[in-house]
Amino acid sequence: MTESQAAAEKAEPYDRVQAARAKGRPTSQNFIEQITEEFLELHGDRRYADDGAIIGGIARIYDLPVTVIGIEKGRGLQESIRRNFGAAHPEGYRKALRLMKQAEKFHRPVLCLVDTSGAYCGIGAEERGQGQAIAENIMEMMTLKTPIISLLIGEGGSGGALALAVADQVWMLENAIYSVISPEGCASILWKDAKKMQEAARYLKLTARDLLALGVVEQVIAEGSPKDFSSVYNTVKAMLYQQFTQALKKPTEMLLAERYQRFRRIGSFRETD
Amino acid sequence: MLKKSLFRKPKNELEYQGEGKLQRPSVPDDLYVSCPECKQTLLKAEVEEHCFICPKCNYHFKLQARRRIRLLVDNNSFQELNAGLQPVNWLEFPSYEEKLTAAQQKSGEPEGVICGTAQIGGYPVALFVMDPAFILGSMGTVVGEKITRLFEYATQQRLPVIGYTVSGGARMQEGILSLMQMAKTSGAVKLHSDAGLLYVTVLTNPTTGGVTASFAMEGDIILAEPRAVVAFAGPRVIEQTIRQKLPNGFQRAEFLLEKGFVDAIVSRNSQREYLTTVLRLHQKGGAGRD
Repeated sequence: MTESQAAAEKAEPYDRVQAARAKGRPTSQNFIEQITEEFLELHGDRRYADDGAIIGGIARIYDLPVTVIGIEKGRGLQESIRRNFGAAHPEGYRKALRLMKQAEKFHRPVLCLVDTSGAYCGIGAEERGQGQAIAENIMEMMTLKTPIISLLIGEGGSGGALALAVADQVWMLENAIYSVISPEGCASILWKDAKKMQEAARYLKLTARDLLALGVVEQVIAEGSPKDFSSVYNTVKAMLYQQFTQALKKPTEMLLAERYQRFRRIGSFRETD
Repeated sequence: MLKKSLFRKPKNELEYQGEGKLQRPSVPDDLYVSCPECKQTLLKAEVEEHCFICPKCNYHFKLQARRRIRLLVDNNSFQELNAGLQPVNWLEFPSYEEKLTAAQQKSGEPEGVICGTAQIGGYPVALFVMDPAFILGSMGTVVGEKITRLFEYATQQRLPVIGYTVSGGARMQEGILSLMQMAKTSGAVKLHSDAGLLYVTVLTNPTTGGVTASFAMEGDIILAEPRAVVAFAGPRVIEQTIRQKLPNGFQRAEFLLEKGFVDAIVSRNSQREYLTTVLRLHQKGGAGRD
Protein backbone atom coordinates (compact mmCIF):
# COMPACT_ATOMS: atom_id res chain seq x y z
CA MET A 1 0.00 0.00 0.00
CA THR A 2 1.40 3.37 -0.99
CA GLU A 3 1.37 6.26 1.38
CA SER A 4 -1.36 8.07 -0.55
CA GLN A 5 -3.53 4.95 -0.66
CA ALA A 6 -3.16 4.55 3.03
CA ALA A 7 -4.06 8.18 3.53
CA ALA A 8 -7.14 7.83 1.32
CA GLU A 9 -8.30 4.84 3.31
CA LYS A 10 -7.77 6.65 6.55
CA ALA A 11 -9.69 9.69 5.36
CA GLU A 12 -12.67 7.61 4.38
CA PRO A 13 -15.01 8.08 7.36
CA TYR A 14 -15.13 11.83 6.90
CA ASP A 15 -15.82 11.39 3.18
CA ARG A 16 -18.94 9.53 4.25
CA VAL A 17 -19.85 12.39 6.56
CA GLN A 18 -19.64 14.78 3.64
CA ALA A 19 -21.62 12.46 1.38
CA ALA A 20 -24.30 12.09 4.04
CA ARG A 21 -24.64 15.87 4.25
CA ALA A 22 -24.26 16.58 0.53
CA LYS A 23 -26.66 19.01 -1.08
CA GLY A 24 -28.94 17.22 -3.48
CA ARG A 25 -28.81 13.95 -1.60
CA PRO A 26 -32.27 12.35 -1.60
CA THR A 27 -34.31 13.28 1.45
CA SER A 28 -37.14 11.46 3.19
CA GLN A 29 -39.60 12.87 0.68
CA ASN A 30 -37.72 11.23 -2.18
CA PHE A 31 -37.86 7.91 -0.41
CA ILE A 32 -41.55 8.27 0.33
CA GLU A 33 -42.24 9.14 -3.30
CA GLN A 34 -40.12 6.34 -4.67
CA ILE A 35 -40.88 3.42 -2.40
CA THR A 36 -44.49 4.02 -1.41
CA GLU A 37 -47.79 4.72 -3.12
CA GLU A 38 -50.86 6.69 -2.06
CA PHE A 39 -48.98 8.56 0.64
CA LEU A 40 -51.42 10.50 2.82
CA GLU A 41 -49.60 13.05 4.87
CA LEU A 42 -51.00 13.55 8.38
CA HIS A 43 -50.12 16.64 10.32
CA GLY A 44 -49.69 17.81 13.85
CA ASP A 45 -48.98 16.48 17.32
CA ARG A 46 -52.46 17.38 18.71
CA ARG A 47 -50.75 19.26 21.50
CA TYR A 48 -48.97 22.27 20.17
CA ALA A 49 -48.11 22.45 16.47
CA ASP A 50 -47.17 20.74 13.27
CA ASP A 51 -43.42 20.43 12.92
CA GLY A 52 -42.26 20.64 9.32
CA ALA A 53 -39.00 18.89 10.16
CA ILE A 54 -40.91 15.63 10.47
CA ILE A 55 -43.16 14.26 7.76
CA GLY A 56 -45.57 11.49 8.61
CA GLY A 57 -48.49 9.64 7.17
CA ILE A 58 -49.89 6.43 5.79
CA ALA A 59 -48.93 4.81 2.50
CA ARG A 60 -48.61 1.49 0.75
CA ILE A 61 -45.53 -0.52 -0.10
CA TYR A 62 -46.91 -2.78 -2.83
CA ASP A 63 -50.13 -3.99 -1.18
CA LEU A 64 -48.98 -3.40 2.38
CA PRO A 65 -50.25 -0.36 4.29
CA VAL A 66 -47.50 1.21 6.39
CA THR A 67 -47.04 4.26 8.56
CA VAL A 68 -44.11 6.31 7.31
CA ILE A 69 -42.35 8.90 9.44
CA GLY A 70 -39.38 10.77 8.08
CA ILE A 71 -37.14 13.54 9.25
CA GLU A 72 -37.07 15.98 6.36
CA LYS A 73 -34.25 18.41 5.68
CA GLY A 74 -36.07 19.97 2.76
CA ARG A 75 -35.19 20.31 -0.89
CA GLY A 76 -34.01 23.78 -1.77
CA LEU A 77 -33.40 26.69 0.54
CA GLN A 78 -36.96 27.92 0.99
CA GLU A 79 -38.25 24.52 1.92
CA SER A 80 -35.25 23.77 4.10
CA ILE A 81 -35.94 26.88 6.13
CA ARG A 82 -39.54 25.81 6.59
CA ARG A 83 -38.35 22.40 7.68
CA ASN A 84 -35.68 23.83 9.94
CA PHE A 85 -33.07 21.82 8.01
CA GLY A 86 -34.34 18.61 9.54
CA ALA A 87 -33.78 19.68 13.14
CA ALA A 88 -37.00 18.70 14.86
CA HIS A 89 -38.66 20.37 17.83
CA PRO A 90 -40.41 18.38 20.55
CA GLU A 91 -43.70 18.64 18.66
CA GLY A 92 -42.09 16.81 15.75
CA TYR A 93 -41.18 13.89 17.99
CA ARG A 94 -44.64 14.00 19.52
CA LYS A 95 -46.24 13.93 16.09
CA ALA A 96 -44.09 10.92 15.27
CA LEU A 97 -45.20 9.17 18.45
CA ARG A 98 -48.84 9.96 17.77
CA LEU A 99 -48.57 8.38 14.35
CA MET A 100 -46.76 5.37 15.77
CA LYS A 101 -49.52 4.84 18.33
CA GLN A 102 -52.02 5.08 15.51
CA ALA A 103 -50.05 2.47 13.58
CA GLU A 104 -50.05 0.25 16.64
CA LYS A 105 -53.82 0.47 16.90
CA PHE A 106 -54.23 -0.80 13.33
CA HIS A 107 -51.27 -3.14 13.59
CA ARG A 108 -49.64 -1.37 10.68
CA PRO A 109 -45.85 -1.57 10.39
CA VAL A 110 -43.85 1.61 10.92
CA LEU A 111 -41.04 2.82 8.68
CA CYS A 112 -38.88 5.61 10.11
CA LEU A 113 -36.56 7.52 7.81
CA VAL A 114 -33.78 9.23 9.70
CA ASP A 115 -31.84 12.19 8.39
CA THR A 116 -30.91 14.86 10.90
CA SER A 117 -27.87 16.59 12.24
CA GLY A 118 -29.67 16.45 15.58
CA ALA A 119 -32.73 17.54 17.51
CA TYR A 120 -33.03 21.33 17.47
CA CYS A 121 -31.17 23.28 20.16
CA GLY A 122 -33.16 26.41 20.94
CA ILE A 123 -35.24 28.18 23.52
CA GLY A 124 -38.62 26.92 22.30
CA ALA A 125 -37.35 23.37 21.97
CA GLU A 126 -36.09 23.40 25.55
CA GLU A 127 -39.20 25.11 26.93
CA ARG A 128 -41.40 22.46 25.42
CA GLY A 129 -39.30 19.57 26.66
CA GLN A 130 -36.99 18.34 23.94
CA GLY A 131 -35.39 15.84 26.30
CA GLN A 132 -38.73 14.61 27.57
CA ALA A 133 -40.10 14.20 24.04
CA ILE A 134 -37.12 12.14 22.92
CA ALA A 135 -37.17 10.07 26.10
CA GLU A 136 -40.84 9.29 25.65
CA ASN A 137 -40.36 8.17 22.06
CA ILE A 138 -37.47 5.91 22.96
CA MET A 139 -39.39 4.37 25.82
CA GLU A 140 -42.66 3.93 23.94
CA MET A 141 -41.05 2.59 20.78
CA MET A 142 -39.42 -0.15 22.80
CA THR A 143 -42.82 -1.77 23.39
CA LEU A 144 -44.83 -0.51 20.42
CA LYS A 145 -46.87 -3.54 19.41
CA THR A 146 -46.22 -3.41 15.70
CA PRO A 147 -43.11 -3.95 13.58
CA ILE A 148 -40.72 -0.99 13.24
CA ILE A 149 -37.83 -0.55 10.83
CA SER A 150 -35.63 2.53 10.88
CA LEU A 151 -33.62 3.44 7.84
CA LEU A 152 -30.85 6.00 8.16
CA ILE A 153 -30.66 7.73 4.80
CA GLY A 154 -28.24 10.56 5.61
CA GLU A 155 -27.19 11.94 8.96
CA GLY A 156 -28.01 10.13 12.17
CA GLY A 157 -27.32 12.83 14.72
CA SER A 158 -27.40 11.55 18.27
CA GLY A 159 -30.57 11.59 20.40
CA GLY A 160 -32.55 13.36 17.73
CA ALA A 161 -31.96 10.38 15.45
CA LEU A 162 -32.38 7.74 18.13
CA ALA A 163 -35.85 9.12 18.87
CA LEU A 164 -36.87 7.52 15.57
CA ALA A 165 -34.48 4.59 15.63
CA VAL A 166 -35.66 2.28 18.37
CA ALA A 167 -36.73 -0.47 16.02
CA ASP A 168 -36.72 -4.19 15.31
CA GLN A 169 -34.08 -3.54 12.70
CA VAL A 170 -32.01 -0.49 11.87
CA TRP A 171 -30.67 -0.18 8.36
CA MET A 172 -28.27 2.30 6.88
CA LEU A 173 -27.49 3.50 3.41
CA GLU A 174 -23.84 3.00 2.59
CA ASN A 175 -23.02 6.69 2.97
CA ALA A 176 -25.24 7.41 5.93
CA ILE A 177 -23.62 8.11 9.28
CA TYR A 178 -24.80 7.59 12.84
CA SER A 179 -23.03 9.09 15.81
CA VAL A 180 -23.35 10.29 19.38
CA ILE A 181 -21.74 13.60 18.42
CA SER A 182 -20.73 15.30 15.18
CA PRO A 183 -17.08 14.84 14.27
CA GLU A 184 -16.66 18.62 14.45
CA GLY A 185 -18.16 18.73 17.94
CA CYS A 186 -16.01 15.83 19.03
CA ALA A 187 -12.85 17.45 17.66
CA SER A 188 -13.56 20.74 19.35
CA ILE A 189 -14.10 19.06 22.72
CA LEU A 190 -11.17 16.73 22.38
CA TRP A 191 -8.56 18.91 20.76
CA LYS A 192 -10.22 22.35 21.00
CA ASP A 193 -10.00 22.33 17.25
CA ALA A 194 -13.07 21.62 15.11
CA LYS A 195 -10.82 21.28 12.07
CA LYS A 196 -9.59 17.93 13.27
CA MET A 197 -12.97 16.46 12.36
CA GLN A 198 -11.42 13.93 10.03
CA GLU A 199 -9.44 12.40 12.83
CA ALA A 200 -12.49 12.50 15.11
CA ALA A 201 -14.63 10.80 12.46
CA ARG A 202 -12.17 7.93 12.42
CA TYR A 203 -12.47 7.35 16.15
CA LEU A 204 -16.23 7.65 16.35
CA LYS A 205 -16.96 4.59 14.17
CA LEU A 206 -19.86 6.36 12.55
CA THR A 207 -19.91 4.73 9.11
CA ALA A 208 -22.48 2.16 8.09
CA ARG A 209 -19.84 -0.56 7.72
CA ASP A 210 -18.37 0.11 11.14
CA LEU A 211 -21.79 0.09 12.75
CA LEU A 212 -22.70 -3.14 11.00
CA ALA A 213 -19.55 -4.72 12.41
CA LEU A 214 -20.51 -3.47 15.87
CA GLY A 215 -24.00 -4.93 15.64
CA VAL A 216 -25.64 -1.52 15.89
CA VAL A 217 -27.30 -1.93 12.49
CA GLU A 218 -28.53 -5.00 10.63
CA GLN A 219 -28.21 -3.98 6.99
CA VAL A 220 -26.08 -1.70 4.87
CA ILE A 221 -27.60 -0.76 1.52
CA ALA A 222 -25.12 -0.10 -1.29
CA GLU A 223 -25.52 3.23 -3.03
CA GLY A 224 -23.67 3.34 -6.35
CA SER A 225 -23.80 6.69 -8.12
CA PRO A 226 -25.01 9.65 -6.08
CA LYS A 227 -26.92 10.84 -9.15
CA ASP A 228 -29.01 7.73 -9.53
CA PHE A 229 -30.73 6.27 -6.50
CA SER A 230 -33.19 4.13 -8.46
CA SER A 231 -31.51 0.88 -7.55
CA VAL A 232 -31.38 1.99 -3.91
CA TYR A 233 -35.12 2.63 -3.93
CA ASN A 234 -35.85 -0.72 -5.56
CA THR A 235 -33.66 -2.59 -3.12
CA VAL A 236 -35.06 -0.82 -0.08
CA LYS A 237 -38.63 -1.29 -1.22
CA ALA A 238 -38.22 -5.02 -1.74
CA MET A 239 -36.35 -5.46 1.54
CA LEU A 240 -38.93 -3.53 3.51
CA TYR A 241 -41.82 -5.47 2.04
CA GLN A 242 -40.18 -8.75 2.82
CA GLN A 243 -39.13 -7.78 6.34
CA PHE A 244 -42.47 -6.27 7.27
CA THR A 245 -44.58 -9.15 5.98
CA GLN A 246 -42.39 -11.56 7.91
CA ALA A 247 -42.46 -9.48 11.07
CA LEU A 248 -46.25 -9.18 10.94
CA LYS A 249 -46.49 -12.96 11.27
CA LYS A 250 -44.47 -12.97 14.45
CA PRO A 251 -46.28 -13.15 17.79
CA THR A 252 -46.11 -9.69 19.38
CA GLU A 253 -44.39 -10.98 22.53
CA MET A 254 -41.62 -12.43 20.42
CA LEU A 255 -41.28 -9.27 18.37
CA LEU A 256 -40.96 -7.14 21.50
CA ALA A 257 -38.65 -9.55 23.27
CA GLU A 258 -36.32 -9.49 20.29
CA ARG A 259 -36.47 -5.70 20.09
CA TYR A 260 -35.56 -5.45 23.76
CA GLN A 261 -32.66 -7.86 23.36
CA ARG A 262 -31.46 -6.04 20.28
CA PHE A 263 -30.57 -3.06 22.45
CA ARG A 264 -30.01 -4.95 25.69
CA ARG A 265 -26.87 -6.66 24.46
CA ILE A 266 -25.12 -3.47 23.30
CA GLY A 267 -22.30 -2.41 25.57
CA SER A 268 -18.67 -2.97 26.21
CA PHE A 269 -17.24 -3.41 29.67
CA ARG A 270 -15.40 -5.83 31.83
CA GLU A 271 -16.68 -7.38 34.96
CA THR A 272 -14.66 -8.01 38.10
CA ASP A 273 -15.80 -9.09 41.54
CA MET B 1 -31.71 13.50 63.99
CA LEU B 2 -30.11 10.92 61.83
CA LYS B 3 -27.91 13.30 59.97
CA LYS B 4 -25.48 13.91 62.77
CA SER B 5 -24.67 10.28 63.28
CA LEU B 6 -24.34 9.79 59.56
CA PHE B 7 -21.72 12.41 59.15
CA ARG B 8 -19.48 12.05 62.13
CA LYS B 9 -16.40 11.28 60.09
CA PRO B 10 -16.53 12.74 56.64
CA LYS B 11 -13.78 11.14 54.63
CA ASN B 12 -13.87 13.00 51.39
CA GLU B 13 -13.51 16.57 50.36
CA LEU B 14 -16.82 18.38 50.52
CA GLU B 15 -16.46 19.63 47.01
CA TYR B 16 -14.40 17.89 44.41
CA GLN B 17 -11.80 20.00 42.68
CA GLY B 18 -13.88 20.62 39.58
CA GLU B 19 -13.16 22.77 36.61
CA GLY B 20 -14.16 26.33 35.93
CA LYS B 21 -16.07 28.39 38.36
CA LEU B 22 -16.85 25.54 40.68
CA GLN B 23 -13.26 25.51 41.75
CA ARG B 24 -13.27 27.13 45.08
CA PRO B 25 -10.60 29.50 46.15
CA SER B 26 -8.04 27.69 48.17
CA VAL B 27 -8.94 28.04 51.78
CA PRO B 28 -5.90 27.28 53.82
CA ASP B 29 -7.90 25.91 56.65
CA ASP B 30 -9.79 22.71 56.01
CA LEU B 31 -12.48 23.96 58.33
CA TYR B 32 -13.96 26.36 55.82
CA VAL B 33 -15.56 26.22 52.41
CA SER B 34 -16.70 28.96 50.13
CA CYS B 35 -20.16 28.86 48.57
CA PRO B 36 -19.85 28.96 44.76
CA GLU B 37 -23.14 30.84 44.55
CA CYS B 38 -23.06 33.54 47.25
CA LYS B 39 -19.28 33.40 47.81
CA GLN B 40 -19.71 33.37 51.55
CA THR B 41 -17.13 31.60 53.59
CA LEU B 42 -18.84 28.87 55.51
CA LEU B 43 -17.92 26.48 58.24
CA LYS B 44 -17.55 23.13 56.61
CA ALA B 45 -19.16 21.33 59.50
CA GLU B 46 -22.14 23.60 59.29
CA VAL B 47 -22.61 22.92 55.57
CA GLU B 48 -22.42 19.21 56.25
CA GLU B 49 -25.02 19.49 58.94
CA HIS B 50 -27.27 21.16 56.42
CA CYS B 51 -27.09 18.24 53.97
CA PHE B 52 -24.45 20.10 51.97
CA ILE B 53 -26.69 23.08 51.41
CA CYS B 54 -25.38 26.58 51.87
CA PRO B 55 -27.12 27.90 55.01
CA LYS B 56 -26.96 31.43 53.62
CA CYS B 57 -28.34 31.07 50.08
CA ASN B 58 -29.70 27.51 49.81
CA TYR B 59 -27.11 26.59 47.17
CA HIS B 60 -26.96 22.81 46.84
CA PHE B 61 -23.32 21.79 46.79
CA LYS B 62 -22.30 19.09 44.38
CA LEU B 63 -22.54 15.88 46.26
CA GLN B 64 -20.66 12.70 45.55
CA ALA B 65 -22.82 9.66 45.05
CA ARG B 66 -21.70 7.64 48.05
CA ARG B 67 -22.14 10.57 50.35
CA ARG B 68 -25.60 11.21 48.96
CA ILE B 69 -26.57 7.63 49.57
CA ARG B 70 -25.49 7.85 53.20
CA LEU B 71 -27.52 11.01 53.54
CA LEU B 72 -30.62 9.48 52.02
CA VAL B 73 -31.07 5.89 53.08
CA ASP B 74 -31.77 4.24 56.42
CA ASN B 75 -28.66 3.50 58.41
CA ASN B 76 -26.58 0.64 57.04
CA SER B 77 -29.33 -0.42 54.69
CA PHE B 78 -27.46 0.10 51.42
CA GLN B 79 -26.27 -2.97 49.57
CA GLU B 80 -24.42 -2.29 46.40
CA LEU B 81 -25.06 -4.20 43.19
CA ASN B 82 -22.78 -4.70 40.20
CA ALA B 83 -19.92 -2.74 41.72
CA GLY B 84 -17.41 -4.67 39.63
CA LEU B 85 -18.34 -3.32 36.21
CA GLN B 86 -15.38 -1.55 34.65
CA PRO B 87 -15.17 0.60 31.54
CA VAL B 88 -13.02 -0.31 28.55
CA ASN B 89 -11.64 1.90 25.83
CA TRP B 90 -13.18 -0.13 23.02
CA LEU B 91 -12.86 2.66 20.43
CA GLU B 92 -9.24 3.21 21.40
CA PHE B 93 -10.17 6.80 21.84
CA PRO B 94 -7.20 9.06 22.44
CA SER B 95 -6.45 9.72 26.12
CA TYR B 96 -9.63 7.99 27.30
CA GLU B 97 -7.72 5.70 29.68
CA GLU B 98 -6.06 8.69 31.29
CA LYS B 99 -9.43 10.38 31.62
CA LEU B 100 -10.88 7.29 33.25
CA THR B 101 -7.99 6.95 35.66
CA ALA B 102 -8.30 10.60 36.63
CA ALA B 103 -12.04 10.22 37.13
CA GLN B 104 -11.55 7.13 39.23
CA GLN B 105 -9.03 8.89 41.40
CA LYS B 106 -11.15 11.98 41.79
CA SER B 107 -14.36 10.14 42.60
CA GLY B 108 -12.93 7.07 44.29
CA GLU B 109 -15.40 5.08 42.18
CA PRO B 110 -14.83 2.73 39.24
CA GLU B 111 -17.61 4.37 37.21
CA GLY B 112 -20.19 7.13 37.12
CA VAL B 113 -23.12 5.50 38.88
CA ILE B 114 -23.65 3.56 42.09
CA CYS B 115 -26.53 1.07 42.17
CA GLY B 116 -27.98 -1.07 44.89
CA THR B 117 -30.83 -1.74 47.24
CA ALA B 118 -31.65 0.14 50.40
CA GLN B 119 -34.44 1.22 52.66
CA ILE B 120 -35.84 4.71 52.80
CA GLY B 121 -38.10 5.38 55.76
CA GLY B 122 -38.34 1.64 56.20
CA TYR B 123 -39.45 1.00 52.63
CA PRO B 124 -37.25 -1.20 50.43
CA VAL B 125 -36.11 0.39 47.20
CA ALA B 126 -33.71 -0.12 44.34
CA LEU B 127 -31.51 2.94 44.07
CA PHE B 128 -29.15 4.46 41.56
CA VAL B 129 -27.13 7.59 42.15
CA MET B 130 -24.95 9.14 39.48
CA ASP B 131 -21.67 10.69 40.51
CA PRO B 132 -20.81 14.26 39.52
CA ALA B 133 -17.13 13.63 40.22
CA PHE B 134 -16.92 10.99 37.51
CA ILE B 135 -16.59 12.97 34.25
CA LEU B 136 -19.65 14.90 35.39
CA GLY B 137 -21.83 11.80 35.43
CA SER B 138 -21.19 11.07 31.80
CA MET B 139 -23.09 8.05 30.49
CA GLY B 140 -21.01 5.33 28.95
CA THR B 141 -21.80 1.67 28.59
CA VAL B 142 -21.05 0.80 32.22
CA VAL B 143 -23.51 3.42 33.46
CA GLY B 144 -26.08 2.13 30.98
CA GLU B 145 -25.50 -1.49 31.91
CA LYS B 146 -25.63 -0.90 35.67
CA ILE B 147 -28.86 1.07 35.46
CA THR B 148 -30.39 -1.50 33.12
CA ARG B 149 -29.45 -4.31 35.47
CA LEU B 150 -30.89 -2.39 38.40
CA PHE B 151 -34.24 -1.98 36.65
CA GLU B 152 -34.27 -5.64 35.64
CA TYR B 153 -33.50 -6.63 39.22
CA ALA B 154 -36.18 -4.27 40.54
CA THR B 155 -38.74 -5.69 38.12
CA GLN B 156 -37.88 -9.20 39.24
CA GLN B 157 -37.98 -8.32 42.93
CA ARG B 158 -40.95 -5.97 42.50
CA LEU B 159 -39.10 -3.02 43.99
CA PRO B 160 -39.65 0.67 43.29
CA VAL B 161 -36.68 2.49 41.79
CA ILE B 162 -35.36 5.81 43.05
CA GLY B 163 -32.86 7.39 40.70
CA TYR B 164 -30.64 10.44 41.19
CA THR B 165 -29.35 11.91 37.97
CA VAL B 166 -26.46 14.24 37.26
CA SER B 167 -24.93 14.18 33.82
CA GLY B 168 -23.21 16.08 31.10
CA GLY B 169 -24.75 13.58 28.67
CA ALA B 170 -23.64 10.58 26.70
CA ARG B 171 -19.93 9.78 26.90
CA MET B 172 -18.33 10.77 23.63
CA GLN B 173 -15.35 8.47 24.14
CA GLU B 174 -17.57 5.41 23.82
CA GLY B 175 -19.19 6.69 20.65
CA ILE B 176 -22.37 5.12 19.38
CA LEU B 177 -22.42 2.58 22.21
CA SER B 178 -23.07 5.42 24.63
CA LEU B 179 -25.99 6.54 22.53
CA MET B 180 -27.39 3.03 22.56
CA GLN B 181 -27.45 3.09 26.35
CA MET B 182 -30.32 5.56 26.12
CA ALA B 183 -32.39 2.91 24.37
CA LYS B 184 -31.17 0.09 26.57
CA THR B 185 -31.96 1.83 29.85
CA SER B 186 -35.29 3.13 28.55
CA GLY B 187 -36.28 -0.40 27.57
CA ALA B 188 -35.60 -1.62 31.10
CA VAL B 189 -37.50 1.35 32.57
CA LYS B 190 -40.45 0.54 30.34
CA LEU B 191 -40.63 -3.10 31.41
CA HIS B 192 -40.41 -2.02 35.04
CA SER B 193 -43.19 0.49 34.43
CA ASP B 194 -45.35 -2.02 32.59
CA ALA B 195 -45.03 -4.31 35.60
CA GLY B 196 -46.87 -1.62 37.58
CA LEU B 197 -43.85 -0.54 39.57
CA LEU B 198 -42.91 2.93 40.75
CA TYR B 199 -39.97 4.94 39.45
CA VAL B 200 -39.06 8.30 40.94
CA THR B 201 -36.27 10.42 39.52
CA VAL B 202 -34.53 13.25 41.31
CA LEU B 203 -32.79 15.58 38.89
CA THR B 204 -29.71 17.24 40.31
CA ASN B 205 -27.43 19.89 38.92
CA PRO B 206 -26.80 19.50 36.05
CA THR B 207 -28.84 16.87 34.24
CA THR B 208 -28.41 17.24 30.50
CA GLY B 209 -28.07 15.55 27.13
CA GLY B 210 -28.67 11.87 26.67
CA VAL B 211 -29.58 11.31 30.28
CA THR B 212 -32.31 13.96 30.15
CA ALA B 213 -33.46 12.44 26.87
CA SER B 214 -33.81 9.01 28.45
CA PHE B 215 -34.18 7.69 31.98
CA ALA B 216 -34.10 11.06 33.77
CA MET B 217 -37.40 12.07 32.18
CA GLU B 218 -39.08 8.69 32.39
CA GLY B 219 -40.06 8.66 36.04
CA ASP B 220 -43.65 8.37 37.22
CA ILE B 221 -42.72 11.22 39.50
CA ILE B 222 -39.95 13.63 38.54
CA LEU B 223 -38.40 15.76 41.28
CA ALA B 224 -35.59 18.28 41.05
CA GLU B 225 -33.23 19.97 43.45
CA PRO B 226 -33.56 23.75 43.70
CA ARG B 227 -31.84 25.69 40.89
CA ALA B 228 -30.61 22.51 39.18
CA VAL B 229 -29.96 22.97 35.47
CA VAL B 230 -32.05 20.45 33.57
CA ALA B 231 -31.70 20.53 29.82
CA PHE B 232 -31.40 18.55 26.64
CA ALA B 233 -28.94 20.93 25.05
CA GLY B 234 -26.96 22.77 27.71
CA PRO B 235 -27.12 26.56 27.95
CA ARG B 236 -23.72 27.01 26.28
CA VAL B 237 -24.69 24.94 23.26
CA ILE B 238 -27.90 26.90 22.83
CA GLU B 239 -26.17 30.24 23.14
CA GLN B 240 -23.75 29.17 20.44
CA THR B 241 -26.56 27.95 18.20
CA ILE B 242 -28.92 30.91 18.46
CA ARG B 243 -26.25 33.50 19.20
CA GLN B 244 -28.12 35.28 21.93
CA LYS B 245 -27.96 35.40 25.70
CA LEU B 246 -30.41 33.16 27.47
CA PRO B 247 -32.90 34.62 29.94
CA ASN B 248 -32.05 34.40 33.61
CA GLY B 249 -33.16 31.16 35.20
CA PHE B 250 -33.60 29.44 31.84
CA GLN B 251 -33.41 25.64 32.20
CA ARG B 252 -33.30 25.81 35.97
CA ALA B 253 -35.53 23.48 37.96
CA GLU B 254 -37.95 26.33 38.72
CA PHE B 255 -38.29 27.00 35.00
CA LEU B 256 -39.04 23.34 34.30
CA LEU B 257 -41.62 23.33 37.07
CA GLU B 258 -43.31 26.33 35.49
CA LYS B 259 -43.25 24.70 32.04
CA GLY B 260 -44.68 21.47 33.40
CA PHE B 261 -41.72 19.11 33.19
CA VAL B 262 -41.10 18.34 36.84
CA ASP B 263 -43.58 17.44 39.56
CA ALA B 264 -41.92 19.26 42.42
CA ILE B 265 -38.74 20.90 43.59
CA VAL B 266 -37.52 19.34 46.78
CA SER B 267 -34.62 20.60 48.84
CA ARG B 268 -32.03 18.06 49.74
CA ASN B 269 -32.79 18.20 53.42
CA SER B 270 -36.40 17.17 52.88
CA GLN B 271 -35.97 14.58 50.15
CA ARG B 272 -35.82 11.68 52.54
CA GLU B 273 -39.11 12.62 54.06
CA TYR B 274 -40.66 13.40 50.69
CA LEU B 275 -39.61 10.09 49.19
CA THR B 276 -40.83 8.24 52.28
CA THR B 277 -44.25 9.79 51.73
CA VAL B 278 -44.22 8.88 48.05
CA LEU B 279 -43.30 5.31 48.92
CA ARG B 280 -45.99 5.13 51.60
CA LEU B 281 -48.59 6.36 49.11
CA HIS B 282 -47.63 3.58 46.77
CA GLN B 283 -48.23 0.81 49.27
CA LYS B 284 -51.26 -1.28 48.48
CA GLY B 285 -54.18 -0.15 50.59
CA GLY B 286 -57.88 -0.52 50.87
CA ALA B 287 -57.82 -3.99 52.39
CA GLY B 288 -59.61 -2.70 55.48
CA ARG B 289 -58.17 -1.45 58.73
CA ASP B 290 -57.62 -3.63 61.74
